[in-house]
Amino acid sequence: MEATRPRLEMFSHEQVESVVADAVAVLSSVGFEVDNADAQALLRGAGFQERGSRFFATETEVQRALAAVPSHVFVYDREGNPALDLGGDRVHFDPGSAALHFLDPETGRRRPPLTSDLCHLAWVTQACRHIAGQATALVPSDVPEAMGDRWRLYVALINSTKPVITGTFQKDAFEVMKAMLVAIRGSVRALAERPLAIFDCCPSPPLKWSDLTCQALLDCAHAGIPAELVSMPLGGATSPVTLREMVVQHAAESLSGVILHQLAQPGAPIVWGGSPSAFDMRHGTTPMGAIETMMVDAADAQVGKHLRLPTHAYMGMSDAKIVDWQAGMESGLGAVIGALAGVNLISGPGMLDFESCQSLEKLVLDDQVAGMALRLVRGISHDSAFEAVGLIGAVVELGGFLGHRHTRENFRKELFIPGKVIERGTYDAWEAAGAKSSAEVASEEVRAILARGNPAPLPEDLRRELDEIIGAEARRLGVEGLPAA
Amino acid sequence: MTDRQVLFSALRVAVLDGDDAAAGRLATQALAEGVPALEAIEQGLVPGIRQAGQRWEEGEYFLPELVTAAQAMKAAMMVLQPALDRDDPSSSLGRVVIGTVEGDIHDIGKTLVGTLLSASGFTVSDEGASVPVARFVARAQEFGADLVCASALLTTTMPKQRELAAALKGSGLRAKLMVGGAPVNKGWADAIGADGYADNALAAVAVARELVGRGATD
Repeated sequence: MEATRPRLEMFSHEQVESVVADAVAVLSSVGFEVDNADAQALLRGAGFQERGSRFFATETEVQRALAAVPSHVFVYDREGNPALDLGGDRVHFDPGSAALHFLDPETGRRRPPLTSDLCHLAWVTQACRHIAGQATALVPSDVPEAMGDRWRLYVALINSTKPVITGTFQKDAFEVMKAMLVAIRGSVRALAERPLAIFDCCPSPPLKWSDLTCQALLDCAHAGIPAELVSMPLGGATSPVTLREMVVQHAAESLSGVILHQLAQPGAPIVWGGSPSAFDMRHGTTPMGAIETMMVDAADAQVGKHLRLPTHAYMGMSDAKIVDWQAGMESGLGAVIGALAGVNLISGPGMLDFESCQSLEKLVLDDQVAGMALRLVRGISHDSAFEAVGLIGAVVELGGFLGHRHTRENFRKELFIPGKVIERGTYDAWEAAGAKSSAEVASEEVRAILARGNPAPLPEDLRRELDEIIGAEARRLGVEGLPAA
Repeated sequence: MTDRQVLFSALRVAVLDGDDAAAGRLATQALAEGVPALEAIEQGLVPGIRQAGQRWEEGEYFLPELVTAAQAMKAAMMVLQPALDRDDPSSSLGRVVIGTVEGDIHDIGKTLVGTLLSASGFTVSDEGASVPVARFVARAQEFGADLVCASALLTTTMPKQRELAAALKGSGLRAKLMVGGAPVNKGWADAIGADGYADNALAAVAVARELVGRGATD
């Protein structure tokens, strides 16, 4: 008998259908704005209604777009091994992406990230057993903005084998980023067969697709590189404050993204992602650790599943400024809620301060959160159901079970074995080891990982190819003196 | 490898795997083939339990692996001990009476310590859980104990360790007292006049060796 998968659902079946119906009604009556000539041409060519600067979609047009979308997106690591199976109720974690600040391990205060920090983040991600993907999680301040996006992907590819969740900041970045991915796979076709990266495409709320995001969406569709829709309604600020309407707006924005993407290439892989947020009505901030943010994330995923799409959310992160109780509490809650909701890709580990600050220490700690959440959704095995009476009889007979074969053979399957950062020893042993907090132990772990150097250097010939691509791009953009990576 | 080396290696692996049936069978085979018991222990069982201990220290092995390894070693020792006593009557490291104090029914930690002590070459009499002070003292006398080990898992039963320390002193027996258990620490052990304290099973073996004057040989 298979284990029951524990599950969190925010809506009944009827309620999900009513949310989707409202989202379609929004697209047909309110419409969406598209600031990209190619995308406008595609919509006009397919006969979409247009009024002023807005396009409108009917239910039939929405259904047609959804009909061709694959329900699973598979992503592979740098060596071509399966790494992410986005679909069904599978859950994977990757670090929260594109932080503008880095929590300095020495001072404990934030500062602008450097390329070396991005390298270190890739090394730590490589060491995190429960984090399946890496992300271009920092925006390095030591390279010009004009080439920041492609530089981040370059650094990620030469410092870790894990598949990369990334994105473009400039329209001209896609071709260069694709070229690096193609270099590793060997051909455009091999890359489409075994995607190595996912590109985030973020509409601007409410219901607007910028030139850059449209381009990324169309480029991904043409290249067969998975695109991830990241709709981000802010309840009470850029969307209604009522949670249900946040979900409706997210669904409408995401459906318009699916329409654009599938017009460019029917059947191209796409992920129903999101970064909705409740709005803090005192500080005017976007708390990712708010329980309502997590509720909307779970509801968005439920809508995505209803439409048979792979899902994603920014969860398992915190608004705390340092690695403290709030950081652990919010990250733990988010990871567990996301896993229970069956979000296929949860981006969040390492992140603090409203998706703006990455911390290596927190990443190491969040690896444990991810491990526990993954254990939770594996559920309770029923494999030994037929021998329960015998086993309990044996316990009574022996008076204890620690030395029984059954324990030795099963405890690793049944129990999540925590890393060093989780304190479970005696008080005396803890005191004797220096009475350290989990953040202090995490900091030691990080130092040990960094001391070992690059855990996944790219084979020399491929490294040369990537160096040539990024070097040519630097020359084209007139960038001199790139930092070491 | 010679046949004998193959056999020692198999003994070592049986201990590491916590396979008590195989360990017992291999010990019997060793004696049948004329291997001196001490050699089978020193070159097969001891490297096995030492490796298990190392894996434990490195975080690779957990309690179930450590306990089953100790049990496998104990199973082999049961076969080898009579031959060992014949070869050298003074081969035991020392005689130990072990139990959990009265009112305390927890015995996982105590049993693990007992098994490891026995596997390390001590002759152990495990009195089980909730052992009254008077019984500890009587058994220490009957058994000719060099060492009494008393575990307490509750703060409410810890005072029994103090009573036991006083009773052992008053009895005039030569047996030393080692205490342990989750709420117990070095400070408590010193305060009640116990001779030794260890906070985990492997440390308990090292402390026991020191208390009987047979400190680490390796």
